[in-house]
Amino acid sequence: MIFFSNIWRNEKSREIIVQIFVLLCIGWFLSWLISNVDANFKALGKDISFEFLFIPAGYDINQYLIDYNNRDSHLRAGIVGLLNTGLVAVFGIILATVLGISLGIIRLSKNWLASKIAYWYIEFTRNVPILLHILLWHGIIINTLPHPRKALNLGDVTFLSNRGFYIPKPLTENGIELVYLFFVIALIFSVLFFKYAKKKQDLTGVQYPVFWINFTVLISLPLIAFFISGMPISLEIPALKGFNFRGGMHMSPELAALTFALGIYTAAFIAEIVRAGILAVDKGQREAAEAIGLKSSKVMKLVILPQARRVIIPPLTSQYLNLTKNSSLAIAIGYMDLVATLGGISLNQTGREMETMVIVMLIYLSVSLSISAFMNWYNNKVKLVGR
Amino acid sequence: MKTKILLAAATAGVMFAGSVLASTLDEVRARGKLNCIINTGLAGFAAPDDKGKWTGFDVDFCRAVAAATLGDADKVNYTTATGKTRFTKLAAGEGEILSRNTTWTFSRDVDLSQTFIGVSYYDGQGFMVPKALGVKSAKGLDGASVCIQTGTTTELNLAEFFAGNGMKYNPVPIETNAEAQELYKAGRCDVYTTDASGLYATMSSFDNPADHMVLPEIVSKEPLGPVVRHGDDQWADIVAWTLKAMMAGEELGITSANVKSLAGKDNKNKEINRLLGKDPLQGISKLGLSADWAVNIIAQVGNYEEVFEKNLGMSTPLKIARGMNQLYRDGGLFYIPPIK
Repeated sequence: MIFFSNIWRNEKSREIIVQIFVLLCIGWFLSWLISNVDANFKALGKDISFEFLFIPAGYDINQYLIDYNNRDSHLRAGIVGLLNTGLVAVFGIILATVLGISLGIIRLSKNWLASKIAYWYIEFTRNVPILLHILLWHGIIINTLPHPRKALNLGDVTFLSNRGFYIPKPLTENGIELVYLFFVIALIFSVLFFKYAKKKQDLTGVQYPVFWINFTVLISLPLIAFFISGMPISLEIPALKGFNFRGGMHMSPELAALTFALGIYTAAFIAEIVRAGILAVDKGQREAAEAIGLKSSKVMKLVILPQARRVIIPPLTSQYLNLTKNSSLAIAIGYMDLVATLGGISLNQTGREMETMVIVMLIYLSVSLSISAFMNWYNNKVKLVGR
Repeated sequence: MKTKILLAAATAGVMFAGSVLASTLDEVRARGKLNCIINTGLAGFAAPDDKGKWTGFDVDFCRAVAAATLGDADKVNYTTATGKTRFTKLAAGEGEILSRNTTWTFSRDVDLSQTFIGVSYYDGQGFMVPKALGVKSAKGLDGASVCIQTGTTTELNLAEFFAGNGMKYNPVPIETNAEAQELYKAGRCDVYTTDASGLYATMSSFDNPADHMVLPEIVSKEPLGPVVRHGDDQWADIVAWTLKAMMAGEELGITSANVKSLAGKDNKNKEINRLLGKDPLQGISKLGLSADWAVNIIAQVGNYEEVFEKNLGMSTPLKIARGMNQLYRDGGLFYIPPIK
């Protein structure tokens, strides 16, 4: 008895006992949950089986990044859905990042009007639920843009309609290899020049306009190759045939609405994060930078942003995760993402709700954990190194 | 969004529900109300009227079962379900009956562990287009955008129909009939496809029904009927014979107007006597029903013909002809086993 009371009084062993107890409780709860599912499935005469993944799905999907038709399996339909989720997440993250960082900086601008506009944008956008953003954008595209037969015609190559946006699709022809080759050469030159310029600056203090030189080289070299080899890129122009446009590249109203809604909504949060990050940098840093004669653009680029970045990245990660998870609201407007394909139609056609839901949850979990892991890696790279 | 929450709730329901083994009939009687799963809104089949009361063909069937089991057709709780959530909801015990224009198929019957108790409406999949589109046949729909409810047999039929005819299409998936109407009216899709009855129902709710038409092709068989969970044969029998009693009512000329007087006297046709409890009907106590079960159904809800005409027939905006949905003696498909 004394032995036990000693264990309980020792802080270290007490912590271990409490943790074991909590673990046991969680384990018991999980096993109860699993056995309950099992018992109820038995009572309903159902079993757990993943064989349905390999039978033909039977339904069509209107947007696929890999080949798909209705004879392919549920598994493939799920992968098509996952890629669609990935596509809208990437588009959304790009839009949200560009818009969010710009807004965050504008919000801090000394220009009263610009700052106020950014402020109202942020307040309006982030205080309206994301689902409404999605429905609003979808509604706008569907109800204000014309029918394909009366589509808005931009220079006979690009068309806007309530069935989506159609742009020309570049098709490569013989001789394109030269353009690729010149691009690679330009790329190698840029990297070398960047290193050279940095070294030169470190040694002598002379600065080259590295960005503009590299930019010019990267654009002009492939362009020269393009003309030398006889312009080996042609455009497939979308054209109205029957009910819809055919040819060209097509962005569906659902994808567009979802990208706008997710991007614009998340941008408001990112703007605040960026603002917080910039304000978190001690104003002495700015004053010191100005005191040594740096231009204000250089102050931002060389002094403020690198320090703000450390504050910005962790919450930015959560925003990227949120955006990716919010993309599952696609179901509201019929965008065929992972939830709509595997977690929706496949679930319904096969009646395997437990199996499909578990798979979909695991996929979202692993996607989120991967984004998180990447951002952690990046965060470790830029964080303040202890000296 | 809503669908997802319901789905999660239903899945959680499967996780947490204790194993209840009391018979479905006892459960319903103890509660004093029947829980019935219906459509979220489809004119003629299940739609709220101007007082917010659910009415329609599928709703009336719920009422008929309540009349048979509880003696009062009004003792029904309605739960709505989309095409996607309906089976999950039924499996999770949110209702005793799924009365929601559901197509009877092999895998739904066998693989989903449900019991289809009969056909209450023979339907087939059709296509609705605006007349302005100038399309006269479903074969002319190559390349069209097609609005389609997800989680339905229609989805699979559509894929097979277009592939079979070597045509391409662009599916626009939607959740409910109401959403489909919005997208169709906005011109997001050229065609709306679902069961022909659903198309007529949708068209009847448009401002200008005459501007739209249903194409002549019916591309599938859609026998629609009520569904119950697997495993309670007594309950399945009750629901099945409720439907048959309504059809027998039409066959025997029993209507809500004359059922009380027919039940009070000795009829020449003894089948009427047995159905209305005047003569003993062997086995009715095994179903746990009282002798006046069919009287309650027909008096409070009506026979099949009355229910059809009231909700879908020529006097309604839907104007659906009886077609296959009449008794075999009139050229339809309903052939009821003898009430003996």
